[in-house]
Amino acid sequence: MSDIDEVADAGFDEWLDAAETGDAYCLECANGHGSLPPRRVCPDCGATNLEEIVLPETGEIETFTITHVPTPAFEQDAPYATAIANFGLVRITGQVVGVDPEAVETGLEVALEITVSETTGERVIGFQPVSP
Amino acid sequence: MANVRVAGTGLTAFGASPERTGRDLFAEASIAAFEDSGVHRDDVEGVLYGNFMGELAEHQGHQGPLMAEAAGVQAPATRFESACASSGAAVREAVKRIRTGEDDVLLVGGTERMTNLGTAGATEALAIAADDLWEVRAGTTFPGAYALMAQAYFDAFGGDREELAHIAVKNHDNALPNENAQYQRAIEVDDVLEAPPVSEPLGLYDACPVSDGASALVLTSEDYAAEHDLEAPVAITGTGQGGDRMALHDRDHLARSPAAREAGEEAYADAGIDAGDVEVAEVHDCFTIAEVLALEALDLEPIGEGISAARDGRTTADGELPVNLSGGLKAKGHPVGATGASQVAEMAMLLAGTHPNSDHVADATTGVTHNAGGTVASAMVHVLEVVA
Ligand SMILES: [Zn+2]
Repeated sequence: MSDIDEVADAGFDEWLDAAETGDAYCLECANGHGSLPPRRVCPDCGATNLEEIVLPETGEIETFTITHVPTPAFEQDAPYATAIANFGLVRITGQVVGVDPEAVETGLEVALEITVSETTGERVIGFQPVSP
Repeated sequence: MANVRVAGTGLTAFGASPERTGRDLFAEASIAAFEDSGVHRDDVEGVLYGNFMGELAEHQGHQGPLMAEAAGVQAPATRFESACASSGAAVREAVKRIRTGEDDVLLVGGTERMTNLGTAGATEALAIAADDLWEVRAGTTFPGAYALMAQAYFDAFGGDREELAHIAVKNHDNALPNENAQYQRAIEVDDVLEAPPVSEPLGLYDACPVSDGASALVLTSEDYAAEHDLEAPVAITGTGQGGDRMALHDRDHLARSPAAREAGEEAYADAGIDAGDVEVAEVHDCFTIAEVLALEALDLEPIGEGISAARDGRTTADGELPVNLSGGLKAKGHPVGATGASQVAEMAMLLAGTHPNSDHVADATTGVTHNAGGTVASAMVHVLEVVA
């Protein structure tokens, strides 16, 4: 496993870098379809000219789960809440951080916050609830 | 277009046998299928074989020729991989090949070896059916992805864990007389509700077990069956496949399975039937919520109502549409690469009157099987009918 973890994933790693500094983006085609990188072709319409556009600062949780039986990469992180949040043109899957998993609910407003796995130290897409 | 006959079926017991190799499991299933069919191995023109995690579980790729060899068949062999729909994909390809007249006799099936990986290893191996970059690295597990759909379903249509629990109870009841089932043990609703959580709202008893096992089918053309006087009363009369985005978050619906709807519509049209003609179904219940989504996608239940089907008795063994009389993945077990072909085997036996639960569908002539890959980014549906 260790060797493969050293290999960069072009597009995805750059996105994580950007998200860490608050510059998260998604890709948009001329027809207004959003998608996440790395991608060369719009999965909705086949357009090949994709532009990076700024992701809205906050998204809304559409569904969530609290995972008690993780993969080995999150052994020491469990239990943790995973959610799908809507950020306008795209939805993103991430771990909800900074709040008790039991407090997570549908409709919760969240901001992206790149966190790390306690188990592996690898970066993980996180969602931080935005206090009203 | 000639029908494709199910000439023989073979299943190993599903369960934990961590020391047994995949090749041994498939050999057992294929021997049973050949004995059941009366077809000679020399007549087989191809082996179509489903497997998902062979590289991780056995350090074994290129399993097609290995499994042909294990089955004692001298014929070209190909492995099909579509996560948990791997052998469903193999069945679909076999049906097409026999229909075109390219082949008259094919050995089709699948195997998965999982329990030797342990719970953590199996969880990791199953997770790779999801998008590695955008789902797995965020901590999504296979049960976790279905839990996201379950929560989305509750939010969209209502329903609760107790209704889901009735699905698990039903499928365990159905498995009681099935000697190949991993769990021949009745459970109660409270057992499901009180089981340890895996990925909330789903608990241990909402999930299918980790299993080892193999399935095999001998499929023949109608002409071959007639010429050789085979006893093969059941035909595969419809096949369909649907696809969707890999990551759950990229789907239009978080609480529906459009790929299964597409596969179902195609299979029904192919067989010339509609959902109202279906008298018995084997659907992919890797989690209790998956059975709900499958029934709704196949138009066997209205959208938003599938969750009450087991509780209200519509899908129980004596209900109007028995679902998963084999015990389903939930109680029969889910060696993933073996599952799709095993559903076809169980359905053929149910319709032929040779299944321990056949009495519940004594007059049935039309059944449907539904096999899903990942969070239903792949779906294979087959229609089986009694034709002789
Ligand atoms: Zn587009």
